Amino acid sequence: MIANYGYKDGSGEYYISIDTDKCISCSAERACLTACPKQMFEIITDDYDDEVAWVKKPNCRTLSYDCADCKPSGGYTSLPCMTACTPGAIKHSW
Amino acid sequence: MNAEVTAETVPEKKEFWRWQENVWVDETKDWKTAKIITCGIDVGSVSSQAVLVIDGELYGFNSMRTGNNSPDSATNALQGVMDKCGMKLEDIHYVVGTGYGRVNVPFAHKAITEIACHARGANYMGGNGVRTILDMGGQDCKAIHCDEKGKVTNFLMNDKCAAGTGRGMEVISDLMQIPIAELGPRSFDVDVEPSAVSSVCVVFAKSEALGLLKAGYTKNKVIAAYCQAMAERVVSLLERIGVEEGFFITGGIAKNPGVVKRIEKILGIKAMETKVDSQIAGALGAALFGYTLMSKKAAAA
Repeated sequence: MIANYGYKDGSGEYYISIDTDKCISCSAERACLTACPKQMFEIITDDYDDEVAWVKKPNCRTLSYDCADCKPSGGYTSLPCMTACTPGAIKHSW
Repeated sequence: MNAEVTAETVPEKKEFWRWQENVWVDETKDWKTAKIITCGIDVGSVSSQAVLVIDGELYGFNSMRTGNNSPDSATNALQGVMDKCGMKLEDIHYVVGTGYGRVNVPFAHKAITEIACHARGANYMGGNGVRTILDMGGQDCKAIHCDEKGKVTNFLMNDKCAAGTGRGMEVISDLMQIPIAELGPRSFDVDVEPSAVSSVCVVFAKSEALGLLKAGYTKNKVIAAYCQAMAERVVSLLERIGVEEGFFITGGIAKNPGVVKRIEKILGIKAMETKVDSQIAGALGAALFGYTLMSKKAAAA
């Protein structure tokens, strides 16, 4: 399942996509949890009883601000969450 | 001069946004002979539904406005349909809560997100050919892909703003002073299809609508402009996950042909039709999840 967390507003599209099929059997030992400077990710049991990562609810509405620090202007060459997620489950819309 | 204001002199405020609440029971079925009775309660931000499923089949539902208290809304929704068929809470084997107030359903055995429930409900209502679901809820909008069993394969939800939601339509209904059920049909009664108003914000859309009225637009033309904006808004969400054949719309806005027809026109796909009230999809899915869980339990016993 591809789970898209975020929103679209007048300023643009801000979505973090998590491929739960790749996330279930995480070979990166849930590195996303610590890689995100804002600690936006957490592990939940989804509706189909799989343990997967999701973006915490309050962050889903503030992604454009929360993720701003990890953009190239913040000194990062790649997004920390995507880099840490070696199975490639995490993608961003920007 | 200070005129005395009394109850008689204050004009009654008409609630143009108020939609039709609905209770229905399938009189051809008898719940007393059912082996498994399950219930789905969808406590949404604007409406609450309770659906009764007997032996995996839709039996009855109640759709009403959500009050200011989620537990009370859930109780009232269920009581409405139980009163209609003479059922008691003890007769129900399993209750699943869904919607934004799902954790506040006092008698629920389990809570499941509305995304999974809408997919399951749409699969029941539209058949196993349903692949893309658009749920236009009271204060959010969801685009969902599912497989032939109604399991979600891709979804996105936008609950940050009211654009493209039922609440947005209620605002326009009140502004135009036209009952909400009439907005859709009236949006087609225009000589030329107008351009859409703002599709990213209900507040901007409302301001624009007022400006258009002052500029000489008829009410119908303004409604058409808003329906078009709403359609463009939700289509932009749908396009992010892609649209496949087997397109199904749930939620209250599915009853508004002004929006539905415009979505179909933009996408070039016709939405699947159903005889079941589109607003109950979430609660129906929840009740069906309950039925599956109870069936598994019964099989294991």
